[in-house]
Amino acid sequence: MATLAINARRCSLCGECIATCPFNAISEVDGKIEIDAGCRMCKLCLKNCPEKAITLIDDKRVAVDKEAWRGILVFVEHLDGEIHPVTLELIGKARELADSTNQPVYCLFMGDQIAEQAKSLLQYPVEKVFVYEDSALRYFRVDVYANIFEDCIRAVQPSTVLVGATSVGRSLAPRVAARFRTGLTADCTTLEIRENTDLVQIRPAFGGNVMAQIVTPFSRPQFATVRYKVMSPAEKGGSPSGTVERCVVSPVRLKSKIRVREVVLNEQSPGILEAETLVVAGRGVKDKQDLELLQELADLLDGQLAATRPLVEAGWVHYSKQIGLSGRTVKPKLIITCGVSGAVQFSAGISGSECIVAINQDRSAPILDQAHYGVVGDLYEVVPSLIDRIKG
Amino acid sequence: MRITGSKARGVILRIVVCIKQVPATSKVQIDEVTGVLRREGIESKLNPYDLYALETAVWIKDKVGGAVTTLTMGPLQAEEAIKESFILGADQGYLVSDRKLAGSDVLATAYTLSQAIRLLDGYDLIICGKQTTDGDTAQVGPEVAEFLEIPHVTWVKKVNEVTEDSIVVEQDLGTSSAILELPYPALITVEKDIFQPRLPSYRRKKLTAAQQVNVLTFSDFLDSDEQKYGLNGSPTQVERVFPPDANEDKVLWEDEPSLLGEKIYMLIKDRNFI
Ligand SMILES: Cc1cc2nc3c(=O)[nH]c(=O)nc-3n(C[C@H](O)[C@H](O)[C@H](O)COP(=O)(O)OP(=O)(O)OC[C@H]3O[C@@H](n4cnc5c(N)ncnc54)[C@H](O)[C@@H]3O)c2cc1C
Ligand SMILES: Nc1ncnc2c1ncn2[C@@H]1O[C@H](COP(=O)(O)O)[C@@H](O)[C@H]1O
Repeated sequence: MATLAINARRCSLCGECIATCPFNAISEVDGKIEIDAGCRMCKLCLKNCPEKAITLIDDKRVAVDKEAWRGILVFVEHLDGEIHPVTLELIGKARELADSTNQPVYCLFMGDQIAEQAKSLLQYPVEKVFVYEDSALRYFRVDVYANIFEDCIRAVQPSTVLVGATSVGRSLAPRVAARFRTGLTADCTTLEIRENTDLVQIRPAFGGNVMAQIVTPFSRPQFATVRYKVMSPAEKGGSPSGTVERCVVSPVRLKSKIRVREVVLNEQSPGILEAETLVVAGRGVKDKQDLELLQELADLLDGQLAATRPLVEAGWVHYSKQIGLSGRTVKPKLIITCGVSGAVQFSAGISGSECIVAINQDRSAPILDQAHYGVVGDLYEVVPSLIDRIKG
Repeated sequence: MRITGSKARGVILRIVVCIKQVPATSKVQIDEVTGVLRREGIESKLNPYDLYALETAVWIKDKVGGAVTTLTMGPLQAEEAIKESFILGADQGYLVSDRKLAGSDVLATAYTLSQAIRLLDGYDLIICGKQTTDGDTAQVGPEVAEFLEIPHVTWVKKVNEVTEDSIVVEQDLGTSSAILELPYPALITVEKDIFQPRLPSYRRKKLTAAQQVNVLTFSDFLDSDEQKYGLNGSPTQVERVFPPDANEDKVLWEDEPSLLGEKIYMLIKDRNFI
């Protein structure tokens, strides 16, 4: 077990480690430095100790044989056969990562009566689509899906497994990753790969205040869930030699403890995820009624109205329209924010947008920095003038 | 909502709620030199999402009878989180605290929690929050379920039925919802707003003030393989943290409102957005 040890003979009790520990896990007890359970192993104390009295005692970790694991496996998410678009984004990314490390791209597709859809995936640059077909796989049930996932991984031995960071993916992936006792990085927004096939995963952390770069250097396969609408979807064509491989489903693997009573489609107002143009209302909007002004602008631009969290919390706008870390990530062509300050938790959700226009009257608002076009002005004046202009 | 098995009939559900103490502020800064997070102060609070998990447990207990046990892994100060859970209706609580657990990622955390749960006097239902505000992975719950080899359902937005041997819940899958029945033992992670968390009452605060928090350490665990805990049991490694991108090629317009409207109009017209 890795642990930090303090060499009492070297230690001068200068207190530098106590002061630097971001977690307040170090204290002086009876003339000795002690590290308690608050330690997160950030090793900052070790770097800062002027006496070099702190050392890391690290047992050798046995890394897996990385050569034995090859290929990038993409989980095909679908609802009753209809493939979720995040799947194509995963294939697109997988192809890129695979090409630079000379690996194949595989898809895992489990469901009921999905032969046609499986074949359709061959339009994209994938080497193989592994198909597990059974009526018991029609709807997502985490235990059965995890079993099949496990079977596939054991058979294919992929180096990397990519799953969409959707509701289904974020329930399934941790289950499978834990089964292989391997690492899973949640909700990645950037993926790169090293020559030795180590995946470099970047994700927002601490509520989007910082980005964290995470690797899984000792185990395989390495799992990542990837945010929807962040990567570009795969282009058609490219690998006409791809094949569909039907795999055996063994009945014991299909025994579920979970009984699906009913699956219903949620009521869908036209989604902000698909919209090419978005108008976002922030707290600069003073009154619920004033949303009509922004709705009018959205309508004129053939777009959708979205909002920041405070407006959703006030009950003015439905949660499905919330953009940001705890809302949706959007990737429209054009996004016009009105009275939005640009808190990191919000901007985490719009950074993939092609053109960001921000209207804010406060010159120092962070959003004016994040936008491609910062417009310093009162939304109650700028928006009506824009509407007038569009109407001609 | 159908409830079968009343307190009178003696259904006693053993419910475990996993809770975590998180920094009270989301304002973290990065030390430019070392790349390490600096937290302003060390104020902590209960992960807000875990309040919903706890409320769900207490609600079920009130309906069918049961006992609610809270569990957390963290430094000794995390005892506060368990004490807070007493005020909010938990009957007993455990803190897992040991330096050997330092540096745990999701996998090691989940394994540690599963080991702690195995030490309890049986359990029927485990409830986790949807996610934490610091780790923010929403992965710990499902991984705990995997280690305990029990079924799990994430994103539960509604409890439809609680019976002696199973629970029926509604899962939010974004575009669809599933109504699922799962037998005990099982684990669920609950959405915000499933139940409105109660406010701490002064009466319960006084009532529970003297209640003890049970502390578990590494030496209590059945599995004493050190490679499965702490930093060594953590397959993922944070290589660096850095601030989100700054925007380099931005344009700032300051002008009369009508001219600003005109400028935006020309922009969206030029770029064929209309
Ligand atoms: C863990 C966590 C997750 C979060 N997730 C999200 C999330 O998903 N989405 C989200 O949006 N927030 C989220 N937040 C909240 C976020 O931190 C901000 O509080 C929020 O985004 C602020 O919303 P706002 O910009 O509308 O309001 P404010 O910050 O109040 O900004 C209002 C802006 O409007 C400007 N303004 C006022 N009047 C006018 C006018 N007449 N004309 C032009 N401009 C005007 C002001 O100058 C100001 O800049 C989260 C916070 C946390 C801690
Ligand atoms: N250290 C911990 N101790 C107890 N429960 C935890 C801990 N970390 C996470 N959890 C539980 O797992 C849920 C998801 O956490 P996370 O995966 O960090 O987003 C939380 O809401 C808690 O219920």
